[in-house]
Amino acid sequence: MASVAPLLLGVAPFGIVAGAAVVDAGFHLPENAGFSMVIFAGAAQLAAIDLLKQDAPAVVAILTVLVINARHIMYSAALAPSFAARTMRERLAAAYVMTDQAFAVTISRRQADPSYQPWLAFYFGGALTLWTVWQIMTSIGVLVGDNVPDSVPLEFAIPLTFMALLVPSVVDRPTLTAAATGAAVATAAAPLPWNLGMLLGSAAGIAAGVVHSLRRNP
Amino acid sequence: MSDTTTAWVVIVAGGVGTFLTRASFLFVAHRFTELPARVREGLRMIPPAVLAALTVPAILRPGGGAIDLVDARLVAGLLALAIAWRTKNLLLTTAVGLAVVTLLEQLS
Repeated sequence: MASVAPLLLGVAPFGIVAGAAVVDAGFHLPENAGFSMVIFAGAAQLAAIDLLKQDAPAVVAILTVLVINARHIMYSAALAPSFAARTMRERLAAAYVMTDQAFAVTISRRQADPSYQPWLAFYFGGALTLWTVWQIMTSIGVLVGDNVPDSVPLEFAIPLTFMALLVPSVVDRPTLTAAATGAAVATAAAPLPWNLGMLLGSAAGIAAGVVHSLRRNP
Repeated sequence: MSDTTTAWVVIVAGGVGTFLTRASFLFVAHRFTELPARVREGLRMIPPAVLAALTVPAILRPGGGAIDLVDARLVAGLLALAIAWRTKNLLLTTAVGLAVVTLLEQLS
């Protein structure tokens, strides 16, 4: 739990922003609980709520959630070898509470100390703490969201938090290619309706990053 | 104004889909084998590509309009990029970016 304490400093305001966005889109505590407990993924929640506010079709919001959350497939693959001997119940519980933060602290702990044994408890300790904090902070966001002065463009906190997640994901030249291509295509296609620019940019960025990587290390 | 039924459709379908992304490889962990390089590299490119496609247009062309190089959001975004790079701190990045954009929009 102590390992995620610094990350909670970032998650807490992110949760308030996500909760405030729920109110801004015309929803309240029940929908916030749905987003925060059923989807439980900040970036995807924010993007989906923003699309609902613009009256986008449900299928566009669902597709956007799936594209943003596709990164969990990578985390799942990275954690899977460690879960080979675990029960299905433990594996599915680990899946439900999986977050960027819980994954990051667990993997870095295992890399720093491969002989460390109680890492399953370590993973669940961090992940469940984050889950609880997320429920509390998004609920607070719903309750205080209306009190934020209009002069503070709270919606701008969304790309800012994504940026703070983006920077550490760029670790070498192929990931830089993926990010640069994703940014360029999504920006060029920004006037397209229903978030299509973001979906096109994501696909182009992944393709460009893979091509770069396979050319470098065939 | 948004529709509550649509919201719940998105919550349930998005939630089930999200759980499947998280469970994907954990679900078959008991017969786990090494992934082909192409698949592994594809998975590794998802976070930078998706996050960049979310972030950069929201800073450069909010609402899909023309790119304005003296915009408050661009200044705040570049400053936030520098802070994210140096500190990797989500709270500091968001707080400074938001404070700068609020200040600049008040001044202009």
